[in-house]
Amino acid sequence: MSDANGTAAGGAATGSGTSGSGATGSGATGGTGPGPSRSGTAVATPDREHGAAYGYSPKRTLPISVEIVRQFKRRRTLVMFGLLLALPWVLVIAFKVGGGWGRPGGSSLRISDLASDGGLNFAAFALSVSASFLLVVAVALFCGDTVASEADWSSLRYLLAAPIPRDRLLRQKLIVALGYSAAAVICLPLMALLAGTLAFGWNDVRVPGTGEVIPALDVLPRFGVVIGYALISQLVVAATAFLLSVSTDSPLGAVGGAVGLVIVSTILQAVEALGSLREFLPTFWNTAWLDALAPEPDFSGMIKGVSVSVTYAAILIAFAFRRFRGKDVVS
Amino acid sequence: MRLSGRRVTWIAVVTVLVIGVVTWLVWPSGPTVHAQEQTITVVDGPADDRRVPLDTSFFPPPGGGKAPAVLLAHGFGGSKQSVRDAAERLSQEGYAVLTWSARGFGRSGGQIALNSPDYEIKDVRQLVDWLAKRPEVRLDADGDPRVGIAGGSYGGAIALMAAAHDSRIDAIVPQITWYDLADALFPNATGQGPESGVFKRMWAGLFFSRGGPQAAGGLAALTGQGGAGGQGGSGGPAGPGGAETGEEAGDAQGGPAGQNGRSPAAIRPPTVEEVRCGRFLPQICDMYQEVAETGRATATAVETLRRSSPISVQGRIRIPTLLLQGQRDSLFPLNHADANAKAITATGAPVRVAWFDGGHDGGDGEVDWLHDQTRAWFDHYLKDAAAGNPATPATAPASPATGPAEVAGFTVTRDGGRDPGTRRPVQLHAVTGAYPGLSGTERTSVPLAGPEQPVANPPGGSPASISAIPGFGGLSTGSANLSLSVDMAGQSAAFESAPLTAPLQITGSSTVKVRVRIAETGAAPDADAGTAPDAGGGDAGDAEGTGNAGDTREDASGPRDVTLFAKLYDTAGGTQAPVLPEGLVSPVRITVPEGGAGEATVTLPAVDHRFEVGHRLRVAFTTTDLGYHTPVSSAVYQVSLATPALEAPTVTGLRAPSTGPAWWTWALPLASVIAAAVLIAVGRRRLRDDYDPALDATPLRIKGLTKAYRNGELAVNDLSFTVEPGQVLGLLGPNGAGKTTTMRMMMGLIHPDRGEIRIFGHRVVPGAPVLSRLGSFVEGAGFLPHLSGRANLELYWKATGRPAEDAHIEEALEIAGLGAALERAVRTYSQGMRQRLAIAQAMLGLPDLLVLDEPTNGLDPPQIREMRAVLIRYAARGRTVIVSSHLLAEVEQTCSHVVVMHRGRLITAGPVSELLRSRTSGNGVSTRLEDVFLDLIGENA
Repeated sequence: MSDANGTAAGGAATGSGTSGSGATGSGATGGTGPGPSRSGTAVATPDREHGAAYGYSPKRTLPISVEIVRQFKRRRTLVMFGLLLALPWVLVIAFKVGGGWGRPGGSSLRISDLASDGGLNFAAFALSVSASFLLVVAVALFCGDTVASEADWSSLRYLLAAPIPRDRLLRQKLIVALGYSAAAVICLPLMALLAGTLAFGWNDVRVPGTGEVIPALDVLPRFGVVIGYALISQLVVAATAFLLSVSTDSPLGAVGGAVGLVIVSTILQAVEALGSLREFLPTFWNTAWLDALAPEPDFSGMIKGVSVSVTYAAILIAFAFRRFRGKDVVS
Repeated sequence: MRLSGRRVTWIAVVTVLVIGVVTWLVWPSGPTVHAQEQTITVVDGPADDRRVPLDTSFFPPPGGGKAPAVLLAHGFGGSKQSVRDAAERLSQEGYAVLTWSARGFGRSGGQIALNSPDYEIKDVRQLVDWLAKRPEVRLDADGDPRVGIAGGSYGGAIALMAAAHDSRIDAIVPQITWYDLADALFPNATGQGPESGVFKRMWAGLFFSRGGPQAAGGLAALTGQGGAGGQGGSGGPAGPGGAETGEEAGDAQGGPAGQNGRSPAAIRPPTVEEVRCGRFLPQICDMYQEVAETGRATATAVETLRRSSPISVQGRIRIPTLLLQGQRDSLFPLNHADANAKAITATGAPVRVAWFDGGHDGGDGEVDWLHDQTRAWFDHYLKDAAAGNPATPATAPASPATGPAEVAGFTVTRDGGRDPGTRRPVQLHAVTGAYPGLSGTERTSVPLAGPEQPVANPPGGSPASISAIPGFGGLSTGSANLSLSVDMAGQSAAFESAPLTAPLQITGSSTVKVRVRIAETGAAPDADAGTAPDAGGGDAGDAEGTGNAGDTREDASGPRDVTLFAKLYDTAGGTQAPVLPEGLVSPVRITVPEGGAGEATVTLPAVDHRFEVGHRLRVAFTTTDLGYHTPVSSAVYQVSLATPALEAPTVTGLRAPSTGPAWWTWALPLASVIAAAVLIAVGRRRLRDDYDPALDATPLRIKGLTKAYRNGELAVNDLSFTVEPGQVLGLLGPNGAGKTTTMRMMMGLIHPDRGEIRIFGHRVVPGAPVLSRLGSFVEGAGFLPHLSGRANLELYWKATGRPAEDAHIEEALEIAGLGAALERAVRTYSQGMRQRLAIAQAMLGLPDLLVLDEPTNGLDPPQIREMRAVLIRYAARGRTVIVSSHLLAEVEQTCSHVVVMHRGRLITAGPVSELLRSRTSGNGVSTRLEDVFLDLIGENA
């Protein structure tokens, strides 16, 4: 109790000083306004804990909405979303321009051969061409940039001295970065669905390979599963980028590092000599969502993919928190 | 500590890498195998008077010593080169392996006698003799080596035949081979034998052409692709042997110059006999020519073909046999392995059967799995078996129950979905303890419905329906759903079940009873076209048939043979095409008595297929099939079911080991989440407030503060001082004195190595709440460049989570004095503007302790003067300001107290006036802080 009393007294003392200096420091007429009310509340609420300033609570620092606004107005955020939203239309134009060319005959239809069959086929195609790289870059950008760019701008030290507790800063930033990543991963197929439906109509899905047809309404929930899986499979990229983001002061290094790791993993998974070890490569199951669009959906690959992705992500994120907690912020 | 920790990390990483590389380098790779090529001359023929040179390769066991021997036989059209890979692999695993080009193939001499006991079997006997003389080969008795034979197709048959004729053979693994060659080429699913069978003309043609003159050409390559072994190409024991290289075939065939056009001058045109018969023995060739022309098996042909078939040596194969048969095989379907299994089991010898994904029509081939099974079989019966020849009848039942653990009594390869990484199909192996035969362990009766339907046999047998295309098996690989099958309109009668209410896994041969009548195709189509189909099964049709029979058809009087092809389709309904499992059909020839109806129980192809819920079973009868010889005259038959049901075999004991998700799919994330939780929880600094009430009014007290750089040099060394309320404290020191490091530690950005900082009695740790009473500006501004100055400040205040009315943002902006520039993005600001904005940010909320690092850097003289006034006013009301600066004159005018640091240590601390006084008292002249400072530094330097 002596603690609370002591600080309350201190707070009151400084509070009275504040109102005075507000008037003198700037000569602003409004300065006197907050003075009485503030000193009044300071006395009335002895709730400042651990010597904190009036009204400060670690739980209120860096609200999600503030972090969203801080990140949203960035040029790279807007450019990336613009790209993701424009890509389906670019593809639509490409298919319309090249539409006169016959589809190659033969027994096995590739997913690209079926893209112009309807909105759902088109969305699946758009996802298949962007999942392996474009979405990886988008996710790596949002998660790799988030802490590293603050360090780069030197704003990180002021946030930490505000003080925003380090774990909370990281948590809020991770939530917002994952939110932006999820928005990126979701907006592409949804826009593709819209663009494809407007351009090619709302038709049933034709399955690559056999060319079998599945009713559109049957596929719609599976399409949701596909998007959900695409989200989870990008979790590895997100976690890698995030760990690199707290480890380096260079945003480019974090983004590039995560993308580089994905590329290395993709190369390794082509080495069949590795056998079943490849199953544990973070990118190995990235295309498993194609199984959900087969006539008989098979979720075993996706389950494994989720398992591998969650495994890596949890460890990497834990390392990120641990590393940031003990880090000397010198940038 | 940090330094050594970092070094430890690096050492650990490097150590792991080095260990990895070293392990990789010294990891025992398979011992190298050296092949010894030699020609072994054998004597064979009915009179034992033909000397034939056989081209052989011997692979001694690489480990030295005596090892069991394995003879690896190649498939039709292949040579010893086709099985070289498999031979090397087996040899590495500790076997003495002998491969040879059979007579009539590769560089060996002689002519093809189709595994005849007079020729090929005698050759093998002499190869066993040869092995018995090798010092590397383990012997059961003098002249009796421990030896097994493996091979596919033609090579599988030689394994079976040799096992029957040579009691020295100890174990065999025949693959995708026949039981009765006559039945394979003239199948009849009514069970009436090859004499009435339907000629499998396309396969027969390909089969015989592979031993023919074009062996080196395009067709051979084409047919080679069709063989099992799939991706493996020359597939080793898996395949019947891919086509050998053209060069070698040419050499062997065309004499020294070769026929492949390398030296045009030396080309010798093939002789008439070579073109006609290739390298076949003339009597085999003549037999084939005869049957291929008529499409009917003669008694001699059947006799000849059976001499080359295990059916002729029933009861004489008494050694452990592992039968590997392909599910995609329209040449030697699963019923051949079934018949072999029955015949050998009857002798009491251990027999195990596997149906793998492969065969002459393609499929995966499962080369590795077949190798593992073969090896397990030989390991058990050749390597591990006790001395003594298990082939001798007395000791033969070497306990069939105790075979190799890796080889199940009955294994079926099933579709395991797709590998998500490579998008390739994966296989599951369902196993059960005992081979149940083709009729399964249980039989389910599935009702079929459908009226009597007319089907037409087109004149000339064309266009023909398609089930599988021999030799093009590769086309259908990769997609189990892709069906090549096409039934021509009007040539097919179909009978369907109701949609299944439970999945049905058929394993074996279903049976169905069919009834066939000859429908009348009158000369007057206007009269009959309408009535015949309408007649259904009624009497009218019958009557008409009898009436008109004689005049329209040359052979219409008396019983007539009807050729039909029975197929079992899996139809999913909707838009999906019906699937013909493995592309297999059962040809039937039914004798229909004049005016009556022929009935027969048709054994449908043996398959392992799962019919899903909602799918229907469809039994179809077509009049034509591309792969078979069909009657050329046109005819129409009425087809109906004698019993409207399908008897479907199931094997309930077949279980794929753990079809559920692999254990790690749940264990890994669980372990990872736990590890992550531990990682986060352990070492978490409790935000426990370390509070000293005595210092509640003391804005800052530093005690024993020490911090080392990464290189070990001390940035701050045992620093202690105290700042009282109302002071404006100047922190002085040359570059590198540790001022900024100290300030960073005050902000909780850097962890001190030793000592403590207390702000208002609360110890500073990262994120300590008391930091909310500290405003700071250290080492330059930190703003989001894309936002305006105002937005930066507003968002910063919101980030602190404190009430907006406490910010006093307008007052702070007044100090910054940025005017209209406030609304511009910070990236457009000059250095001075950022500086002022950053100081304004530090003053947000009017903190009780303000820490400014070089606040006047980049400011112009009027701004410096104003800043001085601001700081003095700020401290006037009991708040505290700490300023570090190089501008000593500035400090002298602004600060009430100074702390002088040098090389991390405290030099002096106290009021400015006192400091100046103490120094002036010495020499009486110097009153400037600069002189004092330089003096202090100089003294201690």
